[in-house]
Amino acid sequence: MKPDAINDIAARHPDAFRRSLWKRYATPIGILLCILYTFYCSWFFSVASVLEKANWNLAGAYLADWVSYEIRPDIEFKDNHLTIDYSRFSKLGSNPDPDWVAKQMAVIERQVEAAPAPGVATNKSSQDSFMAPGAPTAENPAVPLGQSAPAVPETVREDAVVAATVTLGNGQIAVTPNLVTVTRGAESVVFDIAKGSSVTPRTPLPDWIEQRRPGSTAYVSFGFLGRAEVQNDEVVAWRRFFGWANFVFDTNSPFWGKPFGEVASLIVSGPRIDPSRSNAALAWDNILNNAEWQHGDVWLKLLQTIVMAFVGTVLASIVAFPLAFLAARNVTPSRIANQVTKRFFDFLRSVDMLIWALFFTRGFGPGPLAGMSAIFFTDTGTLGKLYSEALENIDDKQREGIRSVGATPAMVQRYGVLPQVLPVFLSQSLYFWESNTRSATIIGAVGAGGIGLKLWEAMRTNTNWANVFYMVLLILLVVFIFDNISSYLRRNLMGTVANGNDERRVSARSAAAQIA
Amino acid sequence: MSATDVCRAPALSPEGATVERHWRDLAARRRLYTIGGLVFLFFALSGSLWFANETNAGKFFDRLPYVADFFAELKPRDWFDPVRALFDLPSPYDDGSLKFDYPEGRVYLTQSIYIPEYFHRMVETLNIALFSTLVGATFGFLLCFFAAGNITASRWLRFFTRRFLEIVRAFPEIVIAGFFLAIFSLGPIPAIIAVSIHTVGALGKMFFEVVENADMKPEEGLRAVGANWVERVWFGIVPQVLPNFMSYFLLRFEINVRASTILGAVGAGGIGESLRLSIGRGHEAKTIAIVFLLFCTIVAVDQFSAWLRHRLVGRQAFAYGRGE
Repeated sequence: MKPDAINDIAARHPDAFRRSLWKRYATPIGILLCILYTFYCSWFFSVASVLEKANWNLAGAYLADWVSYEIRPDIEFKDNHLTIDYSRFSKLGSNPDPDWVAKQMAVIERQVEAAPAPGVATNKSSQDSFMAPGAPTAENPAVPLGQSAPAVPETVREDAVVAATVTLGNGQIAVTPNLVTVTRGAESVVFDIAKGSSVTPRTPLPDWIEQRRPGSTAYVSFGFLGRAEVQNDEVVAWRRFFGWANFVFDTNSPFWGKPFGEVASLIVSGPRIDPSRSNAALAWDNILNNAEWQHGDVWLKLLQTIVMAFVGTVLASIVAFPLAFLAARNVTPSRIANQVTKRFFDFLRSVDMLIWALFFTRGFGPGPLAGMSAIFFTDTGTLGKLYSEALENIDDKQREGIRSVGATPAMVQRYGVLPQVLPVFLSQSLYFWESNTRSATIIGAVGAGGIGLKLWEAMRTNTNWANVFYMVLLILLVVFIFDNISSYLRRNLMGTVANGNDERRVSARSAAAQIA
Repeated sequence: MSATDVCRAPALSPEGATVERHWRDLAARRRLYTIGGLVFLFFALSGSLWFANETNAGKFFDRLPYVADFFAELKPRDWFDPVRALFDLPSPYDDGSLKFDYPEGRVYLTQSIYIPEYFHRMVETLNIALFSTLVGATFGFLLCFFAAGNITASRWLRFFTRRFLEIVRAFPEIVIAGFFLAIFSLGPIPAIIAVSIHTVGALGKMFFEVVENADMKPEEGLRAVGANWVERVWFGIVPQVLPNFMSYFLLRFEINVRASTILGAVGAGGIGESLRLSIGRGHEAKTIAIVFLLFCTIVAVDQFSAWLRHRLVGRQAFAYGRGE
């Protein structure tokens, strides 16, 4: 291209070749402002120090809790034997004896205080069958040999655990009363235990074992599959299992721990477990009242959330519908009525949904009534505004046509206006139904009913992450289903009515898309 | 068929009669569907209302006479008291209780100049909203091109990007906030992360729809002169979609102001927390001050964003939004 041709083009398009400074540097200035703002925010929220203080190990453990659970055997050192204990609400039921904890039994002799023990010992739920009444426990330690005891010590001979082996994936912990051998893969470390005073490794520690001071507790990591602590009086192991424990039946249920086939045959043809009702009813009741997962309550709260969004949106649509006609300039000629209605809409939606929710929670008490009222109030404002805008954008020719054949004003609205706006109205209401199903969850957390509060409570305890994940999955499922129903309905509505009036369809779609 | 024939409704030709019959059938079926839908809606609504009433702590008709009581309780001792609460001026009713400790929360900039507590809280909430919109928009911007059918040829990449955006959008914000609350302890950072993650999904979806509707001619021109993928996107697509992107950014900012207020109320700091506490403790002057401040801020943000969007994309910007 010749230079004068280039100059010619440049002369013809000055806006492209000689743009103002602002236009030329708008993008870099914008990016620079964003970066400066980022620095300001990281100072304002002191991001660095928060990130530094964050407990990232905890994050990993919590995330793992979403899809797995831990079982924790405590192996306590006694003088010449061991006691194995599980946490009180263990997922293995009241009498756990998992096959990954191998026990070696032997007859031993030990001394027991005769008098005060039985009462203390029998009320301990995790009492193992191999232990005699009066066995020493964490709360009631045995009196060491050689120490003068207040009660007369008595020597008993009995079966007890003298060695235990816990298997965790590719690792193993072998425990005897004064020696602990930890193996992971090919590596293995032996600890000498001086009961009550120190833990001493015989060889240098590999990087998967941490001991902060010589002689103190050793922290052993087996990766995702588990971890363990070798303390000077006990070995605590956490073994992690994939999945959700006791998801269908909890440990108190008679159906607990039985394979699916057995449960099915019990329900269909087995003898009644509870004479007062059928096995199917009992099983259903057990599922609903599962103490760990609370299925019945979760489903009820989820239904509340769905109902809140549904009723809130429908009522808001019903109320916004006539008001929108009042607010539309081209339908109601009165300026005052237009302005008053529009400002009313603005008020309703500008008082945040949160404020309405808090007010109505005070008014109606916690529950779905508060949530649905909050959604109703906010959405009356939003839908009213959208509806009146749709009305103001209608094509006037159809109305003129109807009016010209002598129809009454009501008839003009019915046949001249309504067919144009109804699909737009319905489509917008459907969009809000969809989006309210999502926002109803979060509103619930301030007490306005639904699954939000349950979710929030489950999270605050920091131990129920699997329950949280369960509820999240249910919410995602519900959102997915309602999204599809709503978009199916919307597609059908827009498809049948809007043909021939292409512009309106596009504007309705873009309006609705901007809201969602 | 002439006009007079139509007026007198004459006997139709066989073809005409068939058309007429079909039309009547169609109309009747449509009426049936409409009535069926309305009946279904009616029953669903009544059932839902009954259910909501049954599972609520207080019953609707029992509570209805007392709903307004709360507003009566909100009446402050004198109408200047909310102003004092808003600007952290000492109250004449100060009895040492939390209810009238207005000067307590002042944030001093210098020895004598301070920002009143609730303004500071409001700025915090606005910052949460703006910063997380910025973060979300940045990632949404980067991801949207991989989800757009006219830019990204690989169907798998498109599929995974879209599913990712969908999941991120539908994932309840409150769970993300709660999870990071457990890691970071109390503070606004969990709210920022939660809102940002949600914004990535929401804006990513909006953005890629805009990109898919973009005019492909500039891109073709660039392709013809041998531009690579990044150049084609940056010079061919981005300039024409940028105004729409900005408009959606502003819309999302409006929504996020509301979202961060709500998240604040469940423990992530900001004005939402102050509001929940003051309503819960029955501090009337404080409540009025906060509601007033929140209302004004939301109106201001909405107006500003509407004005700016109008300048950016003209009439297309008439819609506004709220949380999803």
